[in-house]
Amino acid sequence: MILIAIISLGGIGAIGAGFLYAASKKFEVYEDPRIADVQEALPDVNCGGCGYPGCPAFATACVNADSMEGLFCPVGGKDTMDKIATMLGKEAGASEPMVAVVKCNGTCSARPHLNTYDGAQSCAIAASLYGGETGCSFGCYSYGDCVTSCGFDAIHINPETRLPEVIEEKCTSCGSCVTACPKNIIELRKKGPKSRRVFVSCVNKDKGGVARKACANACIGCGKCVKECPFESITLNDNLAYIDYMKCRLCRKCVGVCPTGAIHELNFPPKKEKPVEVKEETNQN
Amino acid sequence: MLRTFRIGGIHPPENKLSAGKKITPLELPKQVIIPLGQHIGAPAQAVVKKGDIVKVGTLLAKAGGFVSANIHSSVSGKVNKIDAALDASGYKKPAIYIDVEGDEWEDTIDRGTTYIKECNLPPAEIITKIADAGIVGLGGATFPTQVKLSPPPGSKAELLIINAVECEPYLTSDHSLMLEKGKEIMTGVTILMKAIQVTKAVIGIENNKPDAIRHFQELAKEYTGIEIMPLKVQYPQGGEKQLIDAVMRRQVKSGALPISEGAVVQNVGTAYAVYEAVQKNKPLLERVVTITGKGVTNPSNFLVRIGTPISALIEAAGGIPENTGKIIGGGPMMGKALISPEVPVTKGSSGVLILSKEEAKRKPIYDCIRCSKCVNICPMGLNPTFLMTLTEFSNLEAAEKNNIVDCIECGSCSYTCPANRPLLDHIRLGKGKVMSIIRARKS
Amino acid sequence: MENNNLYVSPSPHIHSGDSISKNMYGVLIALIPALLVSLYYFGLGALIVTITSVVACLLFEFLIQKFLFKKEPTLWDGSAAITGLLLAFNLPSNLPVWIILIGAMAAIGIGKMSFGGLGNNIFNPALVGRVFLLISFPAQMTTWPVPGKFPMTYLDGETGATVLSLIQWSPKDVPSYTQMLTGDMGGSLGEVGAIALLLGLVYMLYKKIITWHIPVYLIGTVAVFTGIMHGINPAKFADPLTHILSGGLLLGAIFMATDYVTSPLTKNGMIIYAVGIGILTSVIRLFGAYPEGMSFAILIMNAFTPLINSYVKPKHFGGK
Repeated sequence: MILIAIISLGGIGAIGAGFLYAASKKFEVYEDPRIADVQEALPDVNCGGCGYPGCPAFATACVNADSMEGLFCPVGGKDTMDKIATMLGKEAGASEPMVAVVKCNGTCSARPHLNTYDGAQSCAIAASLYGGETGCSFGCYSYGDCVTSCGFDAIHINPETRLPEVIEEKCTSCGSCVTACPKNIIELRKKGPKSRRVFVSCVNKDKGGVARKACANACIGCGKCVKECPFESITLNDNLAYIDYMKCRLCRKCVGVCPTGAIHELNFPPKKEKPVEVKEETNQN
Repeated sequence: MLRTFRIGGIHPPENKLSAGKKITPLELPKQVIIPLGQHIGAPAQAVVKKGDIVKVGTLLAKAGGFVSANIHSSVSGKVNKIDAALDASGYKKPAIYIDVEGDEWEDTIDRGTTYIKECNLPPAEIITKIADAGIVGLGGATFPTQVKLSPPPGSKAELLIINAVECEPYLTSDHSLMLEKGKEIMTGVTILMKAIQVTKAVIGIENNKPDAIRHFQELAKEYTGIEIMPLKVQYPQGGEKQLIDAVMRRQVKSGALPISEGAVVQNVGTAYAVYEAVQKNKPLLERVVTITGKGVTNPSNFLVRIGTPISALIEAAGGIPENTGKIIGGGPMMGKALISPEVPVTKGSSGVLILSKEEAKRKPIYDCIRCSKCVNICPMGLNPTFLMTLTEFSNLEAAEKNNIVDCIECGSCSYTCPANRPLLDHIRLGKGKVMSIIRARKS
Repeated sequence: MENNNLYVSPSPHIHSGDSISKNMYGVLIALIPALLVSLYYFGLGALIVTITSVVACLLFEFLIQKFLFKKEPTLWDGSAAITGLLLAFNLPSNLPVWIILIGAMAAIGIGKMSFGGLGNNIFNPALVGRVFLLISFPAQMTTWPVPGKFPMTYLDGETGATVLSLIQWSPKDVPSYTQMLTGDMGGSLGEVGAIALLLGLVYMLYKKIITWHIPVYLIGTVAVFTGIMHGINPAKFADPLTHILSGGLLLGAIFMATDYVTSPLTKNGMIIYAVGIGILTSVIRLFGAYPEGMSFAILIMNAFTPLINSYVKPKHFGGK
């Protein structure tokens, strides 16, 4: 009795093992072992910030690429890329550290609410319906699509201003919030020396009067900052000023001349004479 | 046994408060705002400029593409400016502002009340006249009519279906038009039949309008090839595919046009506009608009010039009720919530509905309990709760496989959901995203 | 947000007024006739078991939502009360209170809340509780009091067998059809009283709380399957009507297999699911060690529901 059991079960086991062996030989897929090594070095958060669908795809791209030019993991940063480059015997590409910047300062007090949105709490759905609860049809809806998209808990809606705020230390500049925002309010900008940055915190393209009426903090396209800038880093298009972060030298002259306070400066030591001008600063970092 | 469509369907309370009210012309406003994009497709291109003097019926803007429509002035006066104006889309779009002075009409328009039955124009000329008059689908979809009347090569129309269903609760503009302009509509139908070269037409009317059915059955005796078909009340019977299923017992395949089953569907209001354009040379410059709501003092059907601010209609119906929570352009199921009553009436405005705060406010959302009610009522045979979840998690590939693009946005799922889930909100977003993926793949 | 602002939302702008609690209270109303029958035959015991079970389920729901989930408890949507009532219906009327409490905790805690609450559970909570008790306390769970007229006994009543165990061990004592229809037979609280249960079905169909597919296909499958077996060997296998009227079949088919959360979404899916339950129940009853197999059959098919949902699609408009 015992013998029969041993033989029959052993036999089934042997046949099964043979089948598995044959299958694993027949359906084997060769994978470059370096891909696994590179993947090991990556942060493994699958944010897509590199432009590839997840870390495994990026690892494959790194291994297959001839040079590392154009391949950059914003989450791991330069250290990770250097490590991968040495691993693969290639030269790491250079990249500036970036950070997500919210370009809307239409706080609740600055932007009166004219209607109440009652649909599903999603910026994308609201954007496909209408221009928003306030008179400004460019500004933030504050339903937090950026917050849900962030894999690093680096962006939150401030309950008082109802605007998103980026936590710089956590932001990896993966860009998922930039894609998630239906109003293109969030931009990846150069982190800057000591995280110091100057930018126009508004995307309203309406004419000055209309924009001003909708929001007290809006850029009205007056062009004062363009004239003031000694480095020609500010351009004015469609009633909206934009500071080119590659040209800006952080002199902060534009901040002082902006009549609506739409230009923000971040992480500068407080100025002695005019500390009032930086009124929205704390809300934006 | 009355016919109706065979998949899903709901029965919302009809609330046809303004039924049986005579169509009354609304007083001319001081200024009209005529948006350049009142139809599906490319916006029209303005041909007038600031300061120009226009008459009623003067061409203001030319069709801006193949799928587009002409726009005419609905009043006489002076062009004040061409500027962005808030319209029913919820965004500011270019529009022509005209300050009204007097009421002077273009000479080409026949303003007499004589009824002209015969039309001996060849099909091509009829379609040109319809295109010139800027007629679009007046049921709310606002698809340019001349495009719909020119079937793509290789397809042949067999049957003209006139959509006189008016399945949206509250709205009565088509109903009142049928009662008062029956003869004109019948002629419009024969003109449309001629334009697409068919010998048969069916007018589908839901049997909650027995007076209209009787009236049309009487009229149909004088015309050959027009059948009046009473239909069992069920929402969304006015959907093109649903109506074809109800009338012809044929289901248009996913992604196909009605013409693939040999059908051309036109709204009853469009048939009337076609009559006026072809027989009277009158472009589309006014339409019947229902103003209704439980709080409205005097629910009515007004004949309104295009571009009149909706606030003027509300005023004429007894003023804005206290406790107003929502103003809707169109019916409660598919209409658009308006941000402000200053939005103008456009070619697609079939009604204005005012809901109180209690009626308007959505209820708190709970988790899906998988009751499968949305699956049972979906008229397109989709799985709304699954599609909503797929959209929420951005699984657009799976959403496409589950036919999200077939959604007709009728709102039956959100209407039915016992957990108050905003099913359509999400599905609409997912549908849009999937459609742009499909377009990108094609090009 | 000022109060005079207009609301803006995507369409549709009206709602049917249907709600979760409306559906749940509808089910509770449908359960009342069966409850009255069980009170009549099992008296005080039935009352104590029912109240204990319902109160315990509500309590566990409240505690878990309040202190574990830390959100506003949805106590009054009626779902916990249904779980409690159905659990009681699946218990003998002489079950001690402490066992019922354990059952309620298993039902709400394990069966429902561990998955995230109403809508997210895979298995019918009441059945999870019942099977938990059946496996843990087989002796207490399988001694049923003899039905009487408003008996004032609870733990010390006279006990007897159920119809299904009679079929297996002494076929001559099987009660008549009339007795089974009115509920004059041994069994769990809510199993008895076929007419009362059918009354509940009619009410739920009338109120459009459920569709007819699951009950009809389930009972039909059991009838066909047991009918064939009865035809082959009438001495060993009871006739289909006895099978349908006895045990938890009607209770399960009408109230437990039709549970929204754990049954498939589409009509065709429901049919597959109901036929599956029918076959499994019959197989367990006719060939298994347990005389009753309804609870196991439903739980097994509950596990298949997600699979059925992903393979059986609704009939698509204009589809192939």
